[in-house]
Amino acid sequence: MPSTATTDNLDTARAWAAAAAVPDPEVPCVTVADLGILRDVAIEDGVAVAYVTPTYSGCPAVLAIEMAVEAALLDAGFEARIERVMSPAWTTDWITPEGCEKLRAYGIAPPVRGSSSKMALFGETAINCPRCGSADTQKVSEFGSTACKAHYTCKACAEPFDYFKCI
Amino acid sequence: MTGLALSHSPLFEAVLQLADDHLILGHRVSEWCGHAPMLEEDLGLANMALDLLGQSRALYAYSAEIEGAGRSEDDLAFLRLERQYQNCLLVERPNGDFAHSILRQLYFAAFMHPFWQGVSANSADDTLRGIAGKAEKEMAYHVRHCGEWVVRLGDGTDESAGRIKAAVEALHHYTDELFQGSAAMAACAKDGVLPEAESLRPAWTATITDVFAQGLLEVPEVAYPQTGGRIGEHTEEMGHILAELQYMQRTYPNLQW
Ligand SMILES: [Zn+2]
Repeated sequence: MPSTATTDNLDTARAWAAAAAVPDPEVPCVTVADLGILRDVAIEDGVAVAYVTPTYSGCPAVLAIEMAVEAALLDAGFEARIERVMSPAWTTDWITPEGCEKLRAYGIAPPVRGSSSKMALFGETAINCPRCGSADTQKVSEFGSTACKAHYTCKACAEPFDYFKCI
Repeated sequence: MTGLALSHSPLFEAVLQLADDHLILGHRVSEWCGHAPMLEEDLGLANMALDLLGQSRALYAYSAEIEGAGRSEDDLAFLRLERQYQNCLLVERPNGDFAHSILRQLYFAAFMHPFWQGVSANSADDTLRGIAGKAEKEMAYHVRHCGEWVVRLGDGTDESAGRIKAAVEALHHYTDELFQGSAAMAACAKDGVLPEAESLRPAWTATITDVFAQGLLEVPEVAYPQTGGRIGEHTEEMGHILAELQYMQRTYPNLQW
């Protein structure tokens, strides 16, 4: 019979796997783990507690994400609770390399690394087209289809695309 | 001194004032939804309103927690009287034309950006540091987006330049209130929780001067600053905002959907 500690470790790993597989409701090609918004999953007094951080202050998906993660944990047979973590604030640097690759494959240019350092007034960064890779792209709108995206178009291949804003 | 009703803590008051700024401006900007001059701008304004509402939610939730009296973020946002709102007057100014709304947003964001930077880097309060970490980046976007528009309008046609100049004339004398802060904010600054409002004036002035120079606009002197919001003395527009904002909660108390 395994010790309690081992059982807990197994449960923690299983709970993490269940929560981590939840797709983002607005960008379903990536999971909450890919995005880095699932900060931790711990077994506390027999309850699986998922620590989730919001992306943007006004992100309307926050509640949907929390409910989906809770449902995934319940489905995996856990008693579950969600804790919202506000500090430290999420940054696009927490999106995993695999997450960035999935975004690109889905047609969304992943955020430039290094987050806020480049956010100077009127600062511009070259965004590569997710379709052809060209850096000859143009910003159409600072704000795109969701709070986290800006709208761009590629001057090389004429593809309109979303850019996952770097924050 | 016993028996004196204990008023709210400065931290509660200051966080509530910030929440009110963000809610009222968020409501104002949301009035543009479906009315912007073009689709990209409709998205832009709706997204900026969403940022402000998101920030106000986090601030109301935190003030409710500080108060610990069982009031929720919704109670604070929707169930107070006009005189109990302590937002600055700038945020309640009517939208006017696009130039007015964009300039109002630039004025506010150019203040909040260094404000949140200060909180995020130096505040002794964990929760506020977390809120600030997101908000400072969101406000940087607002400054950039609105700054670009002010330049475009100022250095555009006679019509656009005339409109942005009229907006400067109408709104500039509401900006001084940002730097006056409030007694509660001053107490929080002393405790190392919030930056001192007046200390942000150089950063704000630098942004505005830079944008105005590129937009061929002059930064006017403020001879008669318009103030009063921080002590609940609002302009006549405030009641109209609240009538719309509070209608559902007042008509159907505790409604949910
Ligand atoms: Zn391309």
